[in-house]
Amino acid sequence: MEGRMTSLEATMKASSTMASSMARNADPDQQTLRSNSVEQFYFPRPGQSLPGIPPFFGPPSSSLYLPNDNEAKFGNQFESNPSQNTDWDPQAIVSNLTFLEQKIKQVKDIVQSMNNRENQVAGGSSELAAKQQLITADLTSIIIQLISTAGSLLPSMKNPLLSSNPAVRQLGNTLGSPMGFGMNANQRPSVDSKTDIPDTGKTSDYDELMNSLNTAQDERDELIKCPNPCGGEGSEPTPMEDHDVKESDDGGEGENLPPGSYVVLQLEKEEILAPHTHFCLICGKGFKRDANLRMHMRGHGDEYKTPAALAKPTKDSGADHAPVTRYSCPFVGCKRNKEHKKFQPLKTILCVKNHYKRSHCDKSYTCSRCNTKKFSVIADLKTHEKHCGRDKWLCSCGTTFSRKDKLFGHVALFQGHTPALPMEDVKVSEASEQPHDSEPMNEMARSMVYSFPSSSSDGISNLDMKMADDVRGYFSPLSFDPCFGALDDFTRPGFDISENPFSFLPSGSCSYGQQNGDS
Amino acid sequence: MAAAASHQQQHRHPKRRRLALSLSLSLSLSLSFSPSPAPAAAPPLDTLADELLFLVLDRVAQADPRALKSFALASRACHAAESRHRRTLRPLRADLLPAALARYPCATHLDLSLCARVPDAALASALVSGPSSCPSALRAVDLSRSRGFGAAGVAALAPSCPGLADLDLSNGVDLGDAAAAEVARAKGLRRLSLARWKPLTDMGVGCVAVGCAELRELSLKWCLGVSDLGIQLLALKCRKLTRLDLSYTMITKDSFPAITKLPNLQQLTLVGCIGIDDDALGSLDKECSKSLQVLDMSQCQNITDVGVSSMLKSVPNLLELDLSYCCPVTPSMVRSLQKIPKLRTLKLEGCKFMTDGLKAIGTSCVSLRELSLSKCSGVTDTELSFAVSRLKNLLKLDITCCRNITDVSLAALTSSFTSLISLRMESCSRVSSGALQLIGKHCSHLEELDLTDSDLDDEGLKALARCSELLGLKIGICLKISDEGLTHIGRSCPKLRDIDLYRCGGLSDDGIIQIAQGCPMLESINLSYCTEITDRSLISLSKCAKLNTLEIRGCPRVSSIGLSK
Repeated sequence: MEGRMTSLEATMKASSTMASSMARNADPDQQTLRSNSVEQFYFPRPGQSLPGIPPFFGPPSSSLYLPNDNEAKFGNQFESNPSQNTDWDPQAIVSNLTFLEQKIKQVKDIVQSMNNRENQVAGGSSELAAKQQLITADLTSIIIQLISTAGSLLPSMKNPLLSSNPAVRQLGNTLGSPMGFGMNANQRPSVDSKTDIPDTGKTSDYDELMNSLNTAQDERDELIKCPNPCGGEGSEPTPMEDHDVKESDDGGEGENLPPGSYVVLQLEKEEILAPHTHFCLICGKGFKRDANLRMHMRGHGDEYKTPAALAKPTKDSGADHAPVTRYSCPFVGCKRNKEHKKFQPLKTILCVKNHYKRSHCDKSYTCSRCNTKKFSVIADLKTHEKHCGRDKWLCSCGTTFSRKDKLFGHVALFQGHTPALPMEDVKVSEASEQPHDSEPMNEMARSMVYSFPSSSSDGISNLDMKMADDVRGYFSPLSFDPCFGALDDFTRPGFDISENPFSFLPSGSCSYGQQNGDS
Repeated sequence: MAAAASHQQQHRHPKRRRLALSLSLSLSLSLSFSPSPAPAAAPPLDTLADELLFLVLDRVAQADPRALKSFALASRACHAAESRHRRTLRPLRADLLPAALARYPCATHLDLSLCARVPDAALASALVSGPSSCPSALRAVDLSRSRGFGAAGVAALAPSCPGLADLDLSNGVDLGDAAAAEVARAKGLRRLSLARWKPLTDMGVGCVAVGCAELRELSLKWCLGVSDLGIQLLALKCRKLTRLDLSYTMITKDSFPAITKLPNLQQLTLVGCIGIDDDALGSLDKECSKSLQVLDMSQCQNITDVGVSSMLKSVPNLLELDLSYCCPVTPSMVRSLQKIPKLRTLKLEGCKFMTDGLKAIGTSCVSLRELSLSKCSGVTDTELSFAVSRLKNLLKLDITCCRNITDVSLAALTSSFTSLISLRMESCSRVSSGALQLIGKHCSHLEELDLTDSDLDDEGLKALARCSELLGLKIGICLKISDEGLTHIGRSCPKLRDIDLYRCGGLSDDGIIQIAQGCPMLESINLSYCTEITDRSLISLSKCAKLNTLEIRGCPRVSSIGLSK
């Protein structure tokens, strides 16, 4: 980034190029990055919470930061009963089921009311659509809740048991199919049109998945995975399903684009702008990086201090057959918005995040040196600050350039523009040394510029990987919705703890990492 | 300064006399030119049109520059007329500048070469606040030998002289981009020299290139901070350039083609451009510069005969080529000179001649008028004889320090080039005195002859007496010559302007007196280490009115009496 783009268009262009370059850079880690970013946006959308949900589904922020009763209970339980690692918590299951019951009832009510209204008024289509969305979301959340409840059962079963147990397979089936049915029943044409794969393909995929479920070594992992393809209409095995649901939440506008070969996902503004993406399940504190979260987790008990728990989650191989996924900007009218005629999808979640901030947010970061350049992405500011003041090549029109040849190209292009000397006195005195002095300086700066970002980006990607993998350990991939995020919050600990408190982090992360990889 | 002042004092009285003379001259002229004879009451100068008066004054100035001063002192009218007439100012001190400009508001040329130090303040006060009536007359300013001014002074120059077309800022070793930016504000500049502006970078050149689009001549000699970027921009913006001096700059092949493609470029000087190599020369398109006539690539160390051969196809209309201290001269390179049939001048100083190289010149460059082979190695009698037999048009030949050539070459040379104008053969020590007589016998059109450090004797000088057109004669370190030989020169070479008698130990006052009497146009004479010279010589030389250079180092018998004359 040359740091000299002034017009909005230029900035947008820049951001897009930067985003794409980042995407390119991140390609090997694309999966993790993307999934990570997906996780990042599990952020409450207050408008979507249903009336009458239990208190722990309330404002998600509170649920995130101030553990509600249930969560606290589980937390306590978790802390007090580390010995129960192999057992599952019946209490938690019971409460989950009660909640599900409530939830189903609510949805039922809504559908009924809708049905009535449909008969009465034909015109309230938008309201109807909203209701439909609501129902969809609710149903999805119910399914997810069901899955996670079922998932919490799994750790208690031994692997051979699971693999040989047809009931579990059936569970997988039942977990999967309702979701698919639910989706279809809720008439989400977007989902259908979004994915090219026909229904037959879906079922075959599904069968295949079930087969793989049976043969897989890590059944728990597979089991978690299994419902996902169903949710994602069978086309994408794992985390994509989240976004599908997301998209349906956004209104189900997923359009089938001419290339058609990819799935378009759209995140909400709040998700994009969420400051933290990793949250402590015990105290609710938020972190930007999973490594920091792991460090934080050490304070919650010895079990988090094991090398395994602290280890960076490894990325699993097998990312080859990932479905192609692209992202849409939620800003209507933006070229990156899927409704745009010349829609150009964003490649990764990170791109979405940066694009949205750069293009549709206030530029709140001002360079302290020049006090003119403003940025909405802090990394851009930092990049600029490295060069700020180095733009010594100035044209009479006021444009600055970081390189002399660029300036001369500019001057050559425009009639009447002439190279300008910024500080004439300084220039005069320095001029003689310039060719000699500035060279090593520039070299240094260049090497810094080149080496530092690369290393830092490496670091970031590493962290992101960790973060991405780790977050799945803490946060169910299904916890995207406020209600279910909270729900998840309260179910997860039980499940994880009951499984194996000592290998909690790595196992969770590994499994989800693998999940990532598979997807 | 003091000397100059005393000089003026000295001439006060003669001036008075001349004043009367010139006044009477102008009066008589005015009377004869004016249609109706002026009444005695009216000042005669008022009746004379300025144009006529200026014509008169031009003549006066031509005859005796000091007469104008006397004329100005004659009356107010004369003073006013003189101040209107004067075009060139050459102040001795920078602090006289405001007064001088006020006195001569119509001056167009300001030559500050005598002012070693021109502070910013002087320039500013002289040009900005000084003559408010006519601030714009100056068209040419020469600051090439002045220091002490900076960007501020240059800044004062440009806006106050809108008609400025010629600006010489050579040797501004402290001037840089800021000053160049100020120069660029003089939009009408046609000729500009920024030689030795060491702090100058591409930025300054860029400013000049954009600002002074009318530039015809530009010198960036020794501007070491200038690189391809600036030169490329120059080539792009200043399309009217006809002369460009890029000597000792860091120009490389990146900007060389752009420069040669300038549509009007006639003269390109690239002395000591180490960035020009065979690649750069080879990168030129065929016939890319049809306008280029003079190309100086001397001391470009990184080019070889191959590069030169490949370049010559690009400059078909070249008239002058200087490849001194460049590359070895091979027959193949010389044959490629056939691609530039109009070539008139070829300078190959300090080059190493490969076998048959010189012969090839004889066959390939038939149209040559001037050939310089000085300090070349590998010039042999046979090859030179062959070459000179073919070069029928040659007028000037320089074979300085070609130590291998003998009487054989000289015989061939003198017999073929009877119309030779210039011959320089300093330190051709193997040529005998007998052969040197041939020069005088055959080349009677010689205007310039350099026989320094040769076997010349009085007989040779006697033969040279036939060269009545001789303007310059250098016969230093010719120990055999005596007063007798010099007498022949003094009698028969009235046009002689420059004579070099360095270390001619056999000379005495008589010979010098003969020269001084016979050569009234003498401007320069070198008598260093002519130990026999006394005050008598100086007294006789004082009659040569145009003498401006006199070297008398190592003349122990010259006293202050002689000097005072």
